[in-house]
Amino acid sequence: MLRRKDLLGLYDCSAEEITEILDVATEMRTFLEQDKRSSDLLKGKSLITLFYENSTRTRTSFELAAKYLGATEVNISVATSSVQKGETLIDTGKTLDAMKTDFIVIRHPMAGAPKLLAQTVKASVLNGGDGMNEHPTQALLDMLALKEKFGKIKGLKVAILGDIKHSRVAKSNLFGLTKLGAEVWMYAPQTLMPKEIEKLGAKIAKSREEAIEGADGVMGLRIQLERQHGGLFPSLSEYSKFYGVKDGLLKYAKKDAIILHPGPVNRGVELTPSLIDGKTSVIEEQVTCGVAVRMALLKLLAEYREKNL
Amino acid sequence: MKLLIKNATLVLKDGEKKSDILLEDGKISKIAKSIDGAGIKGCKIIDGTNKHVLAGLIDMHVHLREPGFEGKEDIESGSKAAVAGGFTQICCMPNTNPVCDNAVVVTYIKHRESEVNLCKINPIGSITKGEQGEALSEIGKMKEAGAVAISDDGKSVMNSNIMRLAMEYASGFDLKCLCHCEDIDLVDGGVVNEGYNSTLCGLKGSLRAAEDIMIARDISLAESLNVPVHICHVSTYSGVEIIRSAKARGVKVTAETCPHYFTLTDDIITSFDTNTKVNPPVREEKDRLAIIEGIKDGTIDCIVTDHAPHSQKDKEVEYNLAAFGMSGLETSFALSYTNLVKNGQITLTQLANIMSANPAKVLNLQGGEIKEGAAADLTVVDLNEKWIIDGQKFLSKGKNTPFNGYEVYGKVVCTIVDGQIKYGG
Repeated sequence: MLRRKDLLGLYDCSAEEITEILDVATEMRTFLEQDKRSSDLLKGKSLITLFYENSTRTRTSFELAAKYLGATEVNISVATSSVQKGETLIDTGKTLDAMKTDFIVIRHPMAGAPKLLAQTVKASVLNGGDGMNEHPTQALLDMLALKEKFGKIKGLKVAILGDIKHSRVAKSNLFGLTKLGAEVWMYAPQTLMPKEIEKLGAKIAKSREEAIEGADGVMGLRIQLERQHGGLFPSLSEYSKFYGVKDGLLKYAKKDAIILHPGPVNRGVELTPSLIDGKTSVIEEQVTCGVAVRMALLKLLAEYREKNL
Repeated sequence: MKLLIKNATLVLKDGEKKSDILLEDGKISKIAKSIDGAGIKGCKIIDGTNKHVLAGLIDMHVHLREPGFEGKEDIESGSKAAVAGGFTQICCMPNTNPVCDNAVVVTYIKHRESEVNLCKINPIGSITKGEQGEALSEIGKMKEAGAVAISDDGKSVMNSNIMRLAMEYASGFDLKCLCHCEDIDLVDGGVVNEGYNSTLCGLKGSLRAAEDIMIARDISLAESLNVPVHICHVSTYSGVEIIRSAKARGVKVTAETCPHYFTLTDDIITSFDTNTKVNPPVREEKDRLAIIEGIKDGTIDCIVTDHAPHSQKDKEVEYNLAAFGMSGLETSFALSYTNLVKNGQITLTQLANIMSANPAKVLNLQGGEIKEGAAADLTVVDLNEKWIIDGQKFLSKGKNTPFNGYEVYGKVVCTIVDGQIKYGG
């Protein structure tokens, strides 16, 4: 049973909670294969997506998850909201609460913003990504994709390559995967590797080969093009040459290994096009898993609200 | 006005002594084993039984926010907080609006000091005009109006040649540069210490090196020019070591730290409580321990508060957007006593020196010592009183403290400035 009003990150979640989310998400994944995807599980409930950063898949996925379960869904576009007029996050939260919102999905460029919101509102807050902190639903969908393929998480080896330092996806995956008994290996330019991440359970590889050796899952992280101008690496072509995941590297992984990417992909930078479109890629399946995971979370949080609030 | 404190323990420069102390006409007129108050006309008697009397505490690093940011603090509320914290004398940093970069603002602050009439206020002028790091402020004129030092606190003067010229020029007026040490390019937007906890929280970190590089630069300038320099709010173990080795080879460097640097580590940032956001950031356990070592061996001369009051709206926002700083005047003595003296790291006499005599010496201020003939600036404390910190009860407008709920020892019971009771009694 999920024991929380909000889902802010996987760092605070127990292995049992994560397992339960994935179990319910597996049911939802089956539900998504139906011809008519409609349920009245969340009928009469409302969900607001409050995005301070751009998003295609996270936002759409939450919106569809809510609609498939019968909830009313509204999205707030930052450009048209009072956020631009300087309203504080706390005041925005109070306003949304006053509209009797059950769920707020927030994406924000600053770490800790979802927590600040959650402390303010009665609604359940779901973190859709906060700065360099966490992106729990992305990690959960990655875990669901791995679980679908291998039937379990425990004992898997997952390699994460790319801009670890700025990646909330890498961190949430690290927390979630290690809690369920997987090994997480990381490889990145030294300028894109956060300090002391090994103390959070990551294994640091000395080469791409070492990271990928025997891996069940290989995840490339998106390189933000603006990082190059900050001097974190010299050029995209140098990045791709030394840190990109290329076809030839996959021979080090397990035979049935899968390729993951949180998207959107810079083709030819973090992953070669042939890997993105190849048989081993589950990038599209990840997107479907994303809807299932978010449906599962809404269901579980709604149950918590029913019983506790 | 005559005041007699009876049966108290005086904390003198070289140790504690049970004694009575008589204050007349703003001066300490007599220190003796037993003084008979009944025989002195119009004399108010304070019972000092089980109390300690310290030379009035001096905080040489305070932000009073006036003029310009009265929503955060003003000279009156800041002074009330100061005397409640046992401070008889404070020095205020120039990052106001307008910046205290000319004699007019210095004069204004001195005028407000006499209007408010609580503690003594010594303005610190800015090093550069507008704290922009480009052109020198009118340092001589500011000194004439009452400034006791210069500082661009809040930022470093990034141009090393401007800093050189400032130190050189100010030395001609016997004024020290108080150096806020932070290489702003290296900080690069960091808001917390860079390390395990910044990685855990996803908050952008700032390396120790960002502070250390500027400590080393400013010491190096002082050494090359053979002028004195003072390093503000040291937070890193490595910074302590840089200062220690400079002192060992005779550089005229003094340094200060704040209670949060010897009390807290960056474990507290994981709460995302914006009251933990301060510049320089609180660091790790090895830094905390090194700061204590630095206090013990005299590498660090002074404890200051870096009192940085902020309004609720400055702090009740996302961590990145929150203002840096902690409201410190009303907790400094208790935190220092609890975390340095009560646990046996230093003696009460050492603490009194670090919080009074040393700052007076660093800035050439009157005060800092209990002796006959000196100004009657005294702080009376009850060391046995245990209390729980609650920012909402502060007299300062800034309720922003990371110490809410902390149990501490040492309560200021009376603050006397020039023989007048300004707090308690």
